[in-house]
Amino acid sequence: MEYAPLFLTIKTAVVATVVTFFLGIGLALAVARMRRFQGLADAVITLPLVLPPTVVGFFLLLAFGRRSAIGRFLLQFDITIVFTWKAAVMAAIVVSLPLMYRTARGAFEQLDPNIIGAARTLGVSEWRIFWYVLVPNARSGILAGLVLSFTRALGEFGATIMFAGNIPGITQTMSTAVYAAVQANDYDLAFEWAVVIIIFSLVFVSLMNILISRTGAPQRREV
Amino acid sequence: MELDVKIEKKLRNFTLRADFTLRDEVFALLGASGCGKSMTLKCIAGLERPDRGRIVLDGRVLFDSEQGIDLSPQERRVGYLFQNFALFPNMTIAENIRFVARGTRQQREARVRENLARFDLTELGNAYPMELSGGQQQRAAFARILASDAKILLLDEPFSALDHYLKWKLELELREVLKSYGGAAVLVSHDRGEVYRLASRAAVIERGQMQPPHTRDALFENPQTLAATLLTGCKNVSKAERLDAHRVRAADWQLDLTVAAREPQSVAYAGLRAHFLEYREGAEDPARNIFSMEVADVIEDTFSYLVMIRSAGHQASCIRWELPKAEWRAIKAPVLSVYFPPEKIMLMES
Repeated sequence: MEYAPLFLTIKTAVVATVVTFFLGIGLALAVARMRRFQGLADAVITLPLVLPPTVVGFFLLLAFGRRSAIGRFLLQFDITIVFTWKAAVMAAIVVSLPLMYRTARGAFEQLDPNIIGAARTLGVSEWRIFWYVLVPNARSGILAGLVLSFTRALGEFGATIMFAGNIPGITQTMSTAVYAAVQANDYDLAFEWAVVIIIFSLVFVSLMNILISRTGAPQRREV
Repeated sequence: MELDVKIEKKLRNFTLRADFTLRDEVFALLGASGCGKSMTLKCIAGLERPDRGRIVLDGRVLFDSEQGIDLSPQERRVGYLFQNFALFPNMTIAENIRFVARGTRQQREARVRENLARFDLTELGNAYPMELSGGQQQRAAFARILASDAKILLLDEPFSALDHYLKWKLELELREVLKSYGGAAVLVSHDRGEVYRLASRAAVIERGQMQPPHTRDALFENPQTLAATLLTGCKNVSKAERLDAHRVRAADWQLDLTVAAREPQSVAYAGLRAHFLEYREGAEDPARNIFSMEVADVIEDTFSYLVMIRSAGHQASCIRWELPKAEWRAIKAPVLSVYFPPEKIMLMES
């Protein structure tokens, strides 16, 4: 068994999750505060969750391919994205973002708005409110979103194979390795990768449950 | 401390219009729920933006739609006491205060100590808000507001959703805070008792329309409008019209009453508080406002009887009469003569 897909999967998922984490929280706050087009923005960010991943991959291919405006622009700086490791990261970001965004937004919206209003009238800057009031009180939701998007990025297949391909040692992740192994009729190898993926997923979901039960949802105080 | 408010804001079902000035006093906005009174406070605090108007605190313009001034809530220095106190649940009481205190590290620590001590919370500094009782949470919320240098207090229905006893305890604590604070406060409430006990002046808001402010006594003695009469707790209101300078005809009660008030000329409603009715021995004497009434129902309340009476022999609507238990036990008649004190009858225009 060649271990490259394992390391590549972890590397891709970690980088993608870091981006997704900050982007998802930022978008959750931004959309929650929008007064117009809130529904539209929400739909656009959530779309990759409900679309077939192949469709997401197809659109990414169209957007960043050599013939697209973005692709041609990047080519001037000698940057190609399609069928590279960067593409695998981008595919993972797009499909995991809705999970981070939705759980974070849900967590923020469950916060008592009076707490934020109180912080504002007490003179606390928006930045400090974000870091010391919003995030700590929404932490269980944010943690859940983090683990969900990480596991989603780990298991990403459809968009990756469309946009990044299945190049051994370069873009082949564990999930595409399973696919390639089955294609090559190597069921033993496919089974090995499948077991690794299941163990990974179990570990992370258990980790999430432990983290959430430890921190506990912030309780509304009884007055 | 002086606050000048004149704002207008379109809400879902009506337009909010508030116009008042207060000066080193507790000013109350009395209104039913959803009438726009909390929205008025949020506009003052900068948590909501009025469509038009001007808000000035001690010469500092907080909001002016014409000049395009709209200070952020952070810049306004307005202390807002929320109904649920809105302490930060992830911080201890001391951290709650430290988080909003200004100045150097030493100054902030001094403010924490000073405000914990002032509100008798020193031993609870390391407790989290959910470990505190309602009264302690209210004190902590006040400690936090005072540590942040608020120039004025906004009290948003501070005691609703509390049980009776706790409500009373918190009200006593609020009185202490207001005394020691010495500044101005705007109190929003639907409870006439709270307003009467805490405020020196008050205005009624009905569906966003704020009526001109009155001193507390003037508002309760002569509410002038139907909404104000009902909000100040008057249970007896009848449609009425003026017969001459001294008499009105109360249509719902089917009584022609002698009244003391000469104003207003055109009367739409007459009201009389339940405890101002008096029992009279002997026959009725309509010329002296003594009418024969029949008893429709008797309800025993905690410390009084509520006797529902109506004009004898007619299908008139009932009037609620509240009297001490011993007094009613001594009378207890199915038909009796009741005196309507002319100076207590309140008249309202439409």
